Amino acid sequence: MSWLSILGDYTYQNVVMGAAFLGIISGTLGSFAVLRGQSLLGDAISHAALPGVCLGFIVAGSRNMGSIIIGAAITGGLAALLMLALTRMSRLKTDAALGSCLSIFFAIGVVLLTYIQGTENASQGGLDAFLFGQAAATLRSDVWIMGGITFVALAILAALWKQAKLVTFDAEFARTLGMPVTLIEVLLTTMITLAVVVGLQMVGVVLMAAMIVAPAVAARQWSRHLGGMVVIAAMVGVVSGISGATLSTLGRGLATGPLIILSASAIVLVSLAIAPGRGILWEVLRLTQQRWSLQKHQILYVLYQTRLEQDESERSPWLSRSAFTAFALYRLQRQGLLTSSRRAATPGKPARQWRLTPSGVRQAQQITATFNAPQ
Amino acid sequence: MLEAFFNNAELQIMLVGAMVGTASSLVGTFLVLRGNSMLSDAISHSIVFGIVVVWLLTHHQSGPVQLIGAALTGLLTVFLTELLASTRRMKQDAAIGLVFPALFSIGVLLLNVYANDVHIDTHTVLLGEIGFVWLDTVEILGYHVPQAVVSMTIMLTLNLIFVGAFFKELKLSTFDPALAKALGFAPGVLFYALLMLTSSTAVAAFDAVGAVLFIAFAIVPPAAAYLLTDRVWLMLALGALISTAASVSGYYIAVQWDVSIGGMMAVMTGVFLLLAFIAGPRYGIISQRLRRHRARGLATG
Repeated sequence: MSWLSILGDYTYQNVVMGAAFLGIISGTLGSFAVLRGQSLLGDAISHAALPGVCLGFIVAGSRNMGSIIIGAAITGGLAALLMLALTRMSRLKTDAALGSCLSIFFAIGVVLLTYIQGTENASQGGLDAFLFGQAAATLRSDVWIMGGITFVALAILAALWKQAKLVTFDAEFARTLGMPVTLIEVLLTTMITLAVVVGLQMVGVVLMAAMIVAPAVAARQWSRHLGGMVVIAAMVGVVSGISGATLSTLGRGLATGPLIILSASAIVLVSLAIAPGRGILWEVLRLTQQRWSLQKHQILYVLYQTRLEQDESERSPWLSRSAFTAFALYRLQRQGLLTSSRRAATPGKPARQWRLTPSGVRQAQQITATFNAPQ
Repeated sequence: MLEAFFNNAELQIMLVGAMVGTASSLVGTFLVLRGNSMLSDAISHSIVFGIVVVWLLTHHQSGPVQLIGAALTGLLTVFLTELLASTRRMKQDAAIGLVFPALFSIGVLLLNVYANDVHIDTHTVLLGEIGFVWLDTVEILGYHVPQAVVSMTIMLTLNLIFVGAFFKELKLSTFDPALAKALGFAPGVLFYALLMLTSSTAVAAFDAVGAVLFIAFAIVPPAAAYLLTDRVWLMLALGALISTAASVSGYYIAVQWDVSIGGMMAVMTGVFLLLAFIAGPRYGIISQRLRRHRARGLATG
């Protein structure tokens, strides 16, 4: 398929729109999950949706998108609630509670699946689509449902923005203000279910975790404000979704879900590297600069001190023979702070002698002054 | 008599289930205690990547080379996760949620590109089929032993030896890693060894119960045991006990209702967790309520 022709393709349009909606909802809700230390909640809820999908199928008698979504939402929400209950009401930690809910609900789903199929073998049929997503089978009606769910989630978030913000960053203070903190926390947690339900079709169970985490982590590198982070996360989600969908359509036989996830991961890596202020590249540059500055100061200081201690002439101080020092010496010479002269090598004395130039002396004096300056 | 044992499909299935459960909960206990349970989730998903790579290199779908490949993949997963977390620009659970989906995605894409016409059964990898373990046998000393029993015996023995030999060091590294490091016990190395065993157990368990149900056996029995006792050795013992009970009960119920056996076994571990959560003698909800009630009674009366 050529570039332009795919824009008119019905399936491509559906996949792109669905992926865009997925990006928006998982970016926004994922920001809260990541900030609250519940990054893997998306993973747990997406696995927990399996029994709901099966129940929806059983109740509707066939593969009905509406009932499947409702089923998935119900069991996903139940799993989130159970996770919260296990964490609050026993000494289990979050990770154990998440892992338990994830695996138990999924196991129930597997049991239901085999019940539906009337066999003991779960490795058949619709499970493939559930695990890996089946983006290519998205109908236009599915896209509208995804859009609707996304809109509802955004509306709830907009209405409760201030409360959500406060509960995320300072729950105790929110409690003293009389806010129903537990209710809001439960709401924020269970809302991830909405994102998961949208994502099941597109990327499948396993990869849903990354859709919740990746846009939020990428956005966090660029913004320190919640509002900014949420908006950037949504944008990252949309971009990943659309690139994944496009790559999948252009490359024949490549699965959509993995490509979306890899696009998002690439954006995360780039953000980690070059985000202003936080970027790792900048940190490496800063460290290198500091190290060079320290080395320069050291060399000038040592040369200056030996010059003070003895007369100008003979002995060049012993400087480490390493490659770093040699490079530094040449660099300082290039900058006009040192001069060097060669003489015949004699045992115990290096062939090259280094001396400070007048400007080198001036710089060294400045450095010494800072050392001796009263603190 | 041994021959009758190995020919009894029912017993073989329950045996494999119990072995998977025990081997998994041995390593899972320390993961739960460290707060790293989700690593078992991450490893069991990213192992798909390892399986595909090993298959592309060696064309073996199972066997020792896959076990080694799994151990390495587990190492890679945790290494990348720690690398990301060490940048201090995200928390550890976020790092987990980034690494394993990426590896899983690469694995699936490799499958798409290189192995589209070849049958690597991703279903079985993820779900296993314990009901068939008694079909795939190898001949040992004249007996037809299920392949799964052989690999699980190896893994169970390895895990038992590891936990037994390093019990004190594992305990210390789990509860006081700083002191362990100061005393020269290399908690980092111990942790990676634990994870390699976890990964290998996961691959060995795939045949039987698949990836996701392995997670159930690695996390839920230890979690239930954690709610029942404070002593690590007892946690290990209870984990094994609960796994075995879940295997046996899961099998019979699954046969009764004609549903997935592996799935039912995992569901039963959940039932035991729920029991421990509600009715555990020390930490269950009921006893918590009773204690509070009694304390209130003492305070007022």
